[in-house]
Amino acid sequence: MTDTTALLTTADGKPLKSALAKSQGRARRRAFLLVAPLFFFVLLTFIIPIGQMLFQSVYNPTFTQAAPNLVRWFDENPAGSQIDEAAFAALAADLKQMKTDKTAGSAGTRINYDMPGTRSLFTAAARKADKLEPPYREALLEIDKTWGDPMLWRVMRSAASALTADFYLAALDLTRDDTGAIISVAQDRQVYVTLFARTFLLSGLITGLCLVLAFPIAHLLATLPLARSNLLMILVLLPFWTSLLVRTTSWMVLLQGQGVVNNVLVSLGILGEDGRIQMMYNQTGTIIAMTHILLPFMVLPLYSVMRPIPPSYVRAARSLGASSWTAFRRVYLPQTLPGIGAGALLVFILAVGYYITPALVGGADGQLISNLIAFHMQKSLNWSLAAALAGLLLAAVLALYWLYDRVVGIDNLKLG
Amino acid sequence: MNGEPALTSNASGEGFVVFDHVQKSYDGETLVVKDLNLSIGKGEFLTMLGPSGSGKTTCLMMLAGFETATHGEIKLNGRPINQVPPHKRGIGMVFQNYALFPHMSVGENLSFPLEVRGTGKSEREAKIKRALDMVQMGAFANRRPAQLSGGQQQRIALARALVFDPELVLMDEPLGALDKQLREHMQFEIKHLHESLGLTVVYVTHDQGEALTMSDRVAVFNDGRIQQLDAPDELYERPKNSFVAQFIGENNKLPGTIEALEDGKALVRLATGEVIDATPVNVTQKGQRTLVSIRPERVEFKPEMMPPGAHTIDAEVLEVIYMGDIFRTRLRVAGSEDFVMKSRNTLGQTKLVPGQHVRIGWHPQDARALEPM
Repeated sequence: MTDTTALLTTADGKPLKSALAKSQGRARRRAFLLVAPLFFFVLLTFIIPIGQMLFQSVYNPTFTQAAPNLVRWFDENPAGSQIDEAAFAALAADLKQMKTDKTAGSAGTRINYDMPGTRSLFTAAARKADKLEPPYREALLEIDKTWGDPMLWRVMRSAASALTADFYLAALDLTRDDTGAIISVAQDRQVYVTLFARTFLLSGLITGLCLVLAFPIAHLLATLPLARSNLLMILVLLPFWTSLLVRTTSWMVLLQGQGVVNNVLVSLGILGEDGRIQMMYNQTGTIIAMTHILLPFMVLPLYSVMRPIPPSYVRAARSLGASSWTAFRRVYLPQTLPGIGAGALLVFILAVGYYITPALVGGADGQLISNLIAFHMQKSLNWSLAAALAGLLLAAVLALYWLYDRVVGIDNLKLG
Repeated sequence: MNGEPALTSNASGEGFVVFDHVQKSYDGETLVVKDLNLSIGKGEFLTMLGPSGSGKTTCLMMLAGFETATHGEIKLNGRPINQVPPHKRGIGMVFQNYALFPHMSVGENLSFPLEVRGTGKSEREAKIKRALDMVQMGAFANRRPAQLSGGQQQRIALARALVFDPELVLMDEPLGALDKQLREHMQFEIKHLHESLGLTVVYVTHDQGEALTMSDRVAVFNDGRIQQLDAPDELYERPKNSFVAQFIGENNKLPGTIEALEDGKALVRLATGEVIDATPVNVTQKGQRTLVSIRPERVEFKPEMMPPGAHTIDAEVLEVIYMGDIFRTRLRVAGSEDFVMKSRNTLGQTKLVPGQHVRIGWHPQDARALEPM
């Protein structure tokens, strides 16, 4: 029908659309100026760093910069070529350069990610680089037999291209074999997939526990008179005002082997002195402490959804013949779904990325993937692998978000 | 009426619903419902009318099972139901805000009471269709409650309360959220459903017009007690105390003292010294203070319109308000400045003007001498 209507104009003949745009332009510019500081802040401190971090997971130029001659040789000779004297000559030239530039350490570190124990190989060879004489093959093999290892050359070839998927493969416990095909790493070196699985499993469990604990509390808060529910709400919010570290430490005091809970149980005679329950520095500790810390994030969305549900719905269901359980299941619960969805999503996403609590109370088997990311950031300095792990975590959370949107619908989300 | 025992209903039916000395307290200090005795006949339309806080909704909630009686017994069909949970009482209920389940379609809302009763699918569909047709909403089964207007939601709530064929239906101010026209329309529809289905209805409202239009009997609540339980015309024309007289309809009140009391007549001396005839209601002795109440529409100012034996008195016109169908004239009568007279806007009606002195009159039967509150 729009094609039949004439272009609408204002009283003095200007097109209505441009007049509207002009009249609203001022308000729009003002709105943009108000939003601009936050926009640039988020861009500078959030979007750019995260983008850079994610870029690092697929781009690592340390080796390509330190060994330009080798890179050229790898470019000219396809995978599987004989490692000839020219290759060793290129390696020797690069080692000499590394000595002057002092880059042998970082280049070695890059190769060390994929082949442990090779960092010293590079530093040692670079120290002696000036004395290297042709034939380079023999000269280098004399310094260390490892220089002839085909595995080393495969790893160097892979590191010779700055743009690589190797870190994602490593993050998924995969690697390439001699022919370049993707295979699983040796059984004893598989850590990440198990850790991802454990992270999601524990996060799911914690989310479930939070839901079970938070639902009655939120219901109580929502049905009490406002004055009393506000008082209780302070108790719910109290943990927010206490340092995370303090809360985690208090759990350690409570739950450790010589802690309050065990002492009480022993003194009551429920447990023997040697039967103290190990609740700290393992998964149990992580689950208990994280459930407690994340509980408010479940209570608040649930409360905000439950508060406006009038009691007459359940009463109506009861008067229509439903038992209290049926009324709850078929009338009350469906109406709280947006809150359950929001709370579960919030708690799950927070739990998946949680670092400090598992680091403090997790012990060996209570560590989550973020603890390993931190390890690669701080200890092994393999930032690319850390970025790849974080990237996978982000992808998983986004996938979950998408799934939630498909199943529940994101407009059904109510955060407060 | 303070300290006076609660009025007991003279059960007109066989007592389908019986409140027997029911008391209710929420805090253990004050009684919200004070010694309620009420018997509702089968098929009766009984309205509980009263200002907010008068205890009427509490009574309804006790009957529905959402509140427990602190003392006394409630019987339904001869069976005590104090210990019966709400879902086993089989009482249909319409709520003030309709309480239609927002996550279910209209059809699912109606299906709900049948499903929880284990009704078969085909029977369910037939009943839902019948109930929707009953409220002329047959085409709306697939809509969500949020897509319906207030009046439509009201009909669905009604259909849902009736779909499982309850014998007793409770309504808690069901028309409160509707506009005036729709409200009046729905009043008649509910009344017709009550008659055609032979339902027993207990209806709670604070709107006296609604109560008078719809009910067989009205129980006027105040301060946790039934002040009067009567048919609408009785209630309006023969209020038993000054609360009912004031709460139901408009009433003129002239304060005075009882001059003489004999065989159904009272002489009342007004504040200005005039003595008028009145019908004594709950005044008992000479010298007692009283409020004489007179309905505005029973007051006349044209001698030819006055009933025989009318009592006349001087009045000064203060204000005349044109209201379309009637003229509402405010007069100064016996020192009172808010005495109102309503006269029909008939052809050739005499127009009064402020400042004019007239002689108004009413029949002594319409002047009821009540004990002041």
